[in-house]
Amino acid sequence: MSDILLVALGGAVGAPLRYLTDRAVQSRHDTVFPWGTFTVNVVGSLILGILTGAALAGAAGHTLQVLLGTGLCGALTTYSTFSYETLRLAETGARFFAVANVAASVVAGLGAAFAGFAVAQSLFG
Amino acid sequence: MPSQRTGLPASAESVDPDAGLSPTPRRREPRLPQYTVLGVIAVGGALGAVARYGASRLWPAGTDGFPWVTLAVNVVGCLVIGVFLVVVSEVITAHRLLRPFFATGVLGGFTTFSTYCVDIVRLVEHGRAGPALAYLAATLVAAMAAVSAGAWSTRRVVAKWGER
Repeated sequence: MSDILLVALGGAVGAPLRYLTDRAVQSRHDTVFPWGTFTVNVVGSLILGILTGAALAGAAGHTLQVLLGTGLCGALTTYSTFSYETLRLAETGARFFAVANVAASVVAGLGAAFAGFAVAQSLFG
Repeated sequence: MPSQRTGLPASAESVDPDAGLSPTPRRREPRLPQYTVLGVIAVGGALGAVARYGASRLWPAGTDGFPWVTLAVNVVGCLVIGVFLVVVSEVITAHRLLRPFFATGVLGGFTTFSTYCVDIVRLVEHGRAGPALAYLAATLVAAMAAVSAGAWSTRRVVAKWGER
């Protein structure tokens, strides 16, 4: 299958998965913190970290990288919603939550990506 | 009534702008989403992801390995969502499928947080901690500036129109 179709397929699954996850998470707490976007971004970073580590070790081929990496993880995670939710928190006076959202998302996202990468390297390397 | 956990007014803000179509009260099980909504999000997500892939093919990573394309894609997506969400939530009454299609689908599929994180991992793994840190900070600062500029300038334009 062509790369474009693989990316489209991954994106067509990733985006609705983000929407469903966000709704499920947001309905289970009543703080102003955007836990839904936080969750998809951290989970997506973990999966892409694993995939990248596996690819470098030769355990994941081009098709899998394009389908799951560029397509699925790319669409499952989002920078636009992350930035807009942060802006809204800052605009509505929830400055602490705005800063906490940025700090927590970056720390947890990077931690997940590094952990996934390291685990895949030790498993497949 | 202020929310006990946050101390903020419970009605203040729905901070999940891409999530709900109607202001569903919290603490209720989510209703089964309509398949048309999931369908337009899937189509939008596919278009956004393909656009991001196209950008990465048009401008392949340079010899310095700095992820300029991912940075640019994320900043552009943040600028556009700032404009779009102000327009559909403060200016016009949009069709109920427009926001899930474009904000959740297209822009969500176009921008990416996972590639941002893994780009940093790659730079660090190549012993390039300086560029990794610069990329981390530059994306954050530029993305927040872009979404703020998009929302602010849209409100300015709308206010000017209102004066006429």
